[in-house]
Amino acid sequence: MKLKTGRPQTTDQIDLNRRHAIQSGGLAIAFLWLGGSGIASAAINARRQPGDAAAALADGNPAFAPNAFIRIGTDGTVRLVMPTVEMGQAIYTGSSMLLAEELGVGLDQISVEHSPPSDDLYGMPLLGGQITGGSTSTRGTWQVLREAGAVARTLLVTAAATQWHVDPSTCTVDRGMVHHIPSGRSVGFGAVASAAGQLPMPDKVQLTDPKDFKLIGKPLRRVDSADKIKGATQFGLDVRVPGMKIAVVKACPTFDGKLASVDDKAARAMPGVVDVIRIADAVAVVGDHFWAAKQGLEALVIKWDRGENANLTTQQLRDALAESALNGKSIVAREVGSRPADGKTVESVYQLPMLAHATMEPLNATIFVTSDKCEIWVGTQVPARVLDAAAKITGLSKDKIIVHNQYLGGGFGRRLETDSVEQALALAKQVSYPLKVVWTREEDIRHDRVRPMYHDRISAVLDANGRPAWYGYRTSGGTVLGRWAPMAMGKDGLDSDAVECVVEVPYEIPNLKVEWIRHDMPPGLIVGWWRGVGSTHNLFVVESFMDELAHHAGKDPLEYRRALLQKNPRTLAVLNLAAEKIGWGAQPLPARVARGIALGEPFGSRVCAIVEAEVTPQGEVRLRRAVVALDCGIGVNPSSIEAQIQGGLLFGLSAALYSEITIKDGAIEQSNFNDYRNLRINETPLIEVHRIENNEAPGGLGEVGTAIAAPALANAIFAATGVRLYKLPVDRNLLVQDANALKHVVSATAADQGRSDA
Amino acid sequence: MLSLSVNGESHSVDVPADMPLLWVLRDVIGLMGTKFGCGIAQCGACTVHLDGQPVRACVLPVGSIGSKAITTIEAIGDTPSGQKVQQAWLDVDVVQCGYCQSGQIMSAAALLKRSPNPSDAEIDAAMSGNICRCGTYVRIRAAIKQAATGKLEILQTIVTSPEGAAS
Repeated sequence: MKLKTGRPQTTDQIDLNRRHAIQSGGLAIAFLWLGGSGIASAAINARRQPGDAAAALADGNPAFAPNAFIRIGTDGTVRLVMPTVEMGQAIYTGSSMLLAEELGVGLDQISVEHSPPSDDLYGMPLLGGQITGGSTSTRGTWQVLREAGAVARTLLVTAAATQWHVDPSTCTVDRGMVHHIPSGRSVGFGAVASAAGQLPMPDKVQLTDPKDFKLIGKPLRRVDSADKIKGATQFGLDVRVPGMKIAVVKACPTFDGKLASVDDKAARAMPGVVDVIRIADAVAVVGDHFWAAKQGLEALVIKWDRGENANLTTQQLRDALAESALNGKSIVAREVGSRPADGKTVESVYQLPMLAHATMEPLNATIFVTSDKCEIWVGTQVPARVLDAAAKITGLSKDKIIVHNQYLGGGFGRRLETDSVEQALALAKQVSYPLKVVWTREEDIRHDRVRPMYHDRISAVLDANGRPAWYGYRTSGGTVLGRWAPMAMGKDGLDSDAVECVVEVPYEIPNLKVEWIRHDMPPGLIVGWWRGVGSTHNLFVVESFMDELAHHAGKDPLEYRRALLQKNPRTLAVLNLAAEKIGWGAQPLPARVARGIALGEPFGSRVCAIVEAEVTPQGEVRLRRAVVALDCGIGVNPSSIEAQIQGGLLFGLSAALYSEITIKDGAIEQSNFNDYRNLRINETPLIEVHRIENNEAPGGLGEVGTAIAAPALANAIFAATGVRLYKLPVDRNLLVQDANALKHVVSATAADQGRSDA
Repeated sequence: MLSLSVNGESHSVDVPADMPLLWVLRDVIGLMGTKFGCGIAQCGACTVHLDGQPVRACVLPVGSIGSKAITTIEAIGDTPSGQKVQQAWLDVDVVQCGYCQSGQIMSAAALLKRSPNPSDAEIDAAMSGNICRCGTYVRIRAAIKQAATGKLEILQTIVTSPEGAAS
């Protein structure tokens, strides 16, 4: 998987004052609109910024700190400060590769560090703040981090050339050294670091021609692997601070419920229990260790004021949402042409469940609050928001607050929220010692900010050839964006995330109407970002429906899609590649084994997944094989790309097969991995990833596999059983063998045709 | 006071006998490599070895251990199977967030000690108690095979020691 470099890239100098064009898509779109509306948004810069001096000073005042990302000492050590956070997606490796490529060092010569909280210094160009999410990190920093490396290299070369009295353009850089080949002289970065630190910032830099890349495009090992395989990486939960105590917390099980009273006599008498702390909606027991605190928590006699949602059930939520879907006021997101008066109409309703994140590392935060200082250790996707929350809750000014970000034991959107940190702050400010607040797995699932449930009505009018002449989409659900970044809501209050991947579809469809109906959940039931966000939800509906249309038209799902992609060569290419690699139609498959296709253009990438599944006569689903074809433009690290696609696909398949959060008596019913199941290795198919390599701008990766997983599976299940799944997760009861159902399946091979007619 | 043998060292700990080993390791002895994921032996993040056998430390009362030797992720690299597994994990570059990987590696090392050349079915059986939310299972399977056979696995796209690669 090597980068194609056949087409020479421009080698003109880059003017550091112009704006970047970035491949948008996904969550990023909303924020680009935000930028367009004139609200100033913070973003990283390749050159030194006003806040950099203070940040560098706090960082030990390294000899050379040309921007917020690169610190080089006089001993030649190179430290790279990461603008985004590492939650498994390998962005510390990818960002290091971008910086190191231009700086002229190997990944074996650098160390990486978490950034301090600062929207100004570490704001993502696509999100306008220090936020890691929306598969935006590489898309947003691909250019600027290379420029940052080039700025540093330019200054180091200038310093060396000045010392040697030679023209800087005659110098080269390699593995932390500046060379002047004509005179045979070389100097390490450390020896010129102080001099380089005194030079003015360059206005222009030269970026490396892609054909000369030494790191970018190569499958390099992750920079964090060596520690992670030894258990030596410090996650938030591993933080140890002198004098620290551990709190285990329990919040009111119902949404918006409150703590009424606690009898803590028995708990306080237990060995190792130090304290019992109350806040409005939760109680925590503090212990010398987790076990004492948890035993103490279980010994409490707690009375909850279960509040207005005390009797809430999932069915009530579903019914109300279905009512909104039919009769609610919609916002038109896009309308092109009009619905033809004639033609066969196909209509379907799809429903998607609430989902929990269940990061492997349960939520936690360690906080030490004194009268004039607050120190926080937490793994978060939003460090600057944590700082804001701490200032608000402690009343301290931001310069009195230190946030130490940590490696995240999974994020998936859960750590885009600050609720658990706010709770920990409210608890920690009541005690005089550092407090590590830990959520049990049960607390983590019962108090998740769940992926919203959706109710979607989709319809199409087919022309004489069975092609859609019009399609209509009415999606209904809660809004994450409206709470999380209300200023990013679009025209008429449109949530762009809610209609992502449906306002623009890859296919040639002349007329369409896409509407969103906002349906807020009851107070306290707060919905959140979940890996793949709007794309994951919408691609399931659209790609399941495309499959329905193919079968209605009597066409093979591959041929049907191909015909509609003739004007979209990049996406047609991923479809063709996936079909070729899995051998679509080449060999007959056994009974109740079939393949499903799904494709889309989520997060600025193009992707096609084909899942091969077997459905047992009893309705159990076995994943046999998956092939993913991907066009993500220029690939920074092919190994990470493969890993993200494989992992993302499994995350989506796991949810489609097993996951649903349900509510009874106002509380989430699921609590741990026994009742919120997760895919395991024995259920995991071989997943091949094939990439189309080109020099297009990078697309997103972290959520692409997740977004395309469920429809590929559902389409495979339909082909194997004749049963269309209109709800997730997969209902095995619907899949018990029924020969009649198979009559509706159109298959690619003659042998399969025979089976369909059986 | 209980006496525990952890990674070849003796530790005296003043804890209740019903306290799970996980919290003794993490909050009393200070070995943070063994992870808390579920507390009910469902996810395997807390897997350690007792006399070479994989156990879930989150449900193992410390009072039941007696003189058995406890090995954690911090010392598994000192065993032949642990060393092989960790090297394969690096070569295949298995980890993503990495939180579950201590437990994955402990389960894999125990498997290879017991069965030096495991079949797919044996790998599934030995590893199905370890959840990875990042979905690194495809590479876990490849890394176990590579650790067992020394042969590079098909899906492996990692360059192990090029100039400029992380070591």
